[in-house]
Amino acid sequence: MEGPVVKKPVEPAYVSTTNACKLCRPIGACLAFKGIEGTVPFLHGSQGCATYMRRYIISHFNEPIDIASSSLGEKHAVYGGQANLKLGLVNVIGKYRPRMIGIASTCLTETIGDDVPRIIKDFLEETRTDGNMPVLVPVSTPSYAGTHMEGFHGAVRAVVENLAIQPTHHDGINILPGFVSPADIRHLAEITDDFGMTATILPDISETLDGPAMNEYPLIPRGGTPISSIRLMGGAKATLEFGRTISSIPTAGAWLEETYKTRRYLLGLPIGIRETDRLFAVLETLSGKKTPRKYIGERERLIDSLVDGHKYVFGKRAIIYGEEDLVVALTAFMVEIGIKPVFCASGGKSGLFGKAIKAVTQDLYQDEPMVMEGADFFDIAQEVESLSPDLLIGHSKGYSISRKLGIPLIRVGFPIHDRIGGQRILHIGYRGAQGLFDLIANAMIQAKQDGSPVGYGYM
Amino acid sequence: MQQAIFEERQGQIREKDERPFSIECNKASLAGAVSQRACVFCGSRVVLYPIADALHLVHGPIGCAVYTWDIRGALSSGRELHRMSFSTDLQEMDVIFGGENKLYRALNELIERYSPGAAFVYSTCIVGIIGDDLEAVCRKVQQERGIPVIPVQSEGFKGNKRSGYMAACNAMFRLVGTGNTEGISPCSVNLLGDFNLAGEIWIIRKYFKQMGIEVVANITGDGRIADIQRAHGARLNIVQCSGATLDLARMMKNKYGIPYIRVSYFGVEDMAESLYRVARHFKDPGIMRRTRELVGEELSRLYPRLEEYRKALAGKKAAIYVGGAFKAFSLVKAFRLLGMKVVMVGSQTGTTEDYEELAAITDPGTIIVDDSNPLELSAFLKEKDVDIFVGGVKERPIAYKLGVAFCDHNHERKEALEGFIGMLNFAKEVYASVMSPVWRFVPRRAAAAVDQGRCIWKAQ
Repeated sequence: MEGPVVKKPVEPAYVSTTNACKLCRPIGACLAFKGIEGTVPFLHGSQGCATYMRRYIISHFNEPIDIASSSLGEKHAVYGGQANLKLGLVNVIGKYRPRMIGIASTCLTETIGDDVPRIIKDFLEETRTDGNMPVLVPVSTPSYAGTHMEGFHGAVRAVVENLAIQPTHHDGINILPGFVSPADIRHLAEITDDFGMTATILPDISETLDGPAMNEYPLIPRGGTPISSIRLMGGAKATLEFGRTISSIPTAGAWLEETYKTRRYLLGLPIGIRETDRLFAVLETLSGKKTPRKYIGERERLIDSLVDGHKYVFGKRAIIYGEEDLVVALTAFMVEIGIKPVFCASGGKSGLFGKAIKAVTQDLYQDEPMVMEGADFFDIAQEVESLSPDLLIGHSKGYSISRKLGIPLIRVGFPIHDRIGGQRILHIGYRGAQGLFDLIANAMIQAKQDGSPVGYGYM
Repeated sequence: MQQAIFEERQGQIREKDERPFSIECNKASLAGAVSQRACVFCGSRVVLYPIADALHLVHGPIGCAVYTWDIRGALSSGRELHRMSFSTDLQEMDVIFGGENKLYRALNELIERYSPGAAFVYSTCIVGIIGDDLEAVCRKVQQERGIPVIPVQSEGFKGNKRSGYMAACNAMFRLVGTGNTEGISPCSVNLLGDFNLAGEIWIIRKYFKQMGIEVVANITGDGRIADIQRAHGARLNIVQCSGATLDLARMMKNKYGIPYIRVSYFGVEDMAESLYRVARHFKDPGIMRRTRELVGEELSRLYPRLEEYRKALAGKKAAIYVGGAFKAFSLVKAFRLLGMKVVMVGSQTGTTEDYEELAAITDPGTIIVDDSNPLELSAFLKEKDVDIFVGGVKERPIAYKLGVAFCDHNHERKEALEGFIGMLNFAKEVYASVMSPVWRFVPRRAAAAVDQGRCIWKAQ
């Protein structure tokens, strides 16, 4: 048989979505905008969108998340929202003094047909600039098409399209990591730094969404990808873009390649051994340097620990869910440690998910993992009975299933709403794999220990 | 501080002084001001959410459903259908060709799957624009399935949270009057505006049981469709909270002649007074005697236990920002009972009368604010050098970022704050945050610590 079993959502095809395994498109744009220096995300729509998304993001990061809104009311829905959008921009500029405002549309403003780029153009023409006019970057994010990941990638692309200038070539590289944690971003910066490379990581939420307690409320938290660096992205030696399911959507990496011939390396999210090896191989090529000893050491210790712990995880059956690229990368790692990815599910629908899962599993995993695009937690729960999984791997929203089954949930990705420290979860690199492996192996050890009548003290 | 305040919002902020009090409120949120408010849909969703045997189907793109999935700590003693998130998950084609057919099919499959007591269908922004006839689809499914299928007119942009409360009340009012009221006691009430967060309505129901009063319907905490359908058989509506369900009480008064009273179960004073008011209403000496006993017993248990918290907390400064102002009244009194001083109080959706009441019960110098935002709130916390901030999820990071203690008075709280026991829990919560040693290390207090030679890293 060719390829994995790509399972269509269970028959009969349900028309409703129950307990979604995806978020709406504008929230992805807001999250991306949060990772750019001096930027305020702005939603053109009704007030509730901004407030709900703020609340959702706050519950993961425990950080102030200021997302402005044009707060449209009934009359704007009839006559168009441009007056409120302009007023909102004036107010944000006045109080926040941003370097950039990232303006995402919503289902409301897409449907009433507001032409945001045109409104912004008018606004810029009408407004006297005193040199303090921030960059205004619109991105179209109708919530009825795609998930938060399309919103995220769309926003990153919009930023680059708006900022990148005709390039002067330089030695730096671009990294477009997708939606990873602040800890991941810090690690990426550390790695490229250790290679002696200048990397523009876009977006960079390492400080903006994981900042210190302060004496003054940070209207716009410090950190984020510097706007001056984004301008120069077109002249970079190469772009590393993470995600095995994004080749069909218009991303910033694709745009830079089309527009400025910036070579694009499309890699999987560097989770686990092989995907991290691929990243380091590219970095070696681009830097002309060998991988620093520090990371060789991390890799060596990782392998050693996998040997030490392999029996505790071998043959365990995992259900892995979340964003497509994250699930693909986690699955790649799971098959490396002998865990069976019996079900890989995502609310996303790139059309590439099954193929990507096959690509990362085929040489290590004999069975065909069941893969489902456009899945929700009802679909996942439906499959659970027959799959008898030993663990779940994904964000917090799988907790009710894990509780019902009495099996561990390994919390990764976003959102983590029922634990602290979601922003500090390190997924990537050998170091990230080490942390995940210890977590998973110990969860399996604990499950066995807790279920033992003996209560033994050695493994 | 002035620079934190938008010119358009000046009238919505007052510092209490000798002059007659007036404040602007009930306005649309200012664009770009990062209001802490949500939308019409939020207002409706929040009120109907705890009805545990109903299907809550959100008609729209996925966002509105996914951000309200299992969002409130509204407990149920039985079914937990309310903790699921159902959406028609509208896609581009639905927006172009209309979502009625999808809604019809979604309702059918979900009713088939879960056999709910009724279905609420929430309209979202986009539905208001593409013009789906919710009423017609609901009517059809109701006829075919034989359960109430009720549209909730909660398009996000059509007003603010208060309009959403109204839409929810309209939806519930369709249920009221359709059930059998036989056997309901003359001493009976409905509990409106309690959402059974952390099991609070169970505490309150226990009090009424002790007093000899029957509770007909919980509206909506641990709520059931069949109870709401017979709610018109109760003799009194007891309305808590800031008017989320007040409209329903008014409608029931007009149509069924059921009187209502407004109460609060937060804090000792308001809790006791609420029970007494209900007892007085029924003019039954037995009920009054049992109420006195109940309050007496509870207080004699509570006060000694509160004492240690009062000693530690006396003189500390508190700030309050909540959704509805009614809750703020009780919080002001609760802080006072702990010997603390309220220096700022505000709400998302207070009315003129609400703010006048707040002005009446607070000390001079207290900041009173309507529909605030992070910019202002952080400025107030700094200016007043607040020791603890009480609010919801969106207020928490504002406090924490500035190194200020915080008490969760939100919809996902795990500690019951209502009832006499709730006052004790509240004191514990406040104490646990204010007294944490962590504040010694945050920048706000670290500077002071340097002066006292305690802070090593600053001193170096």
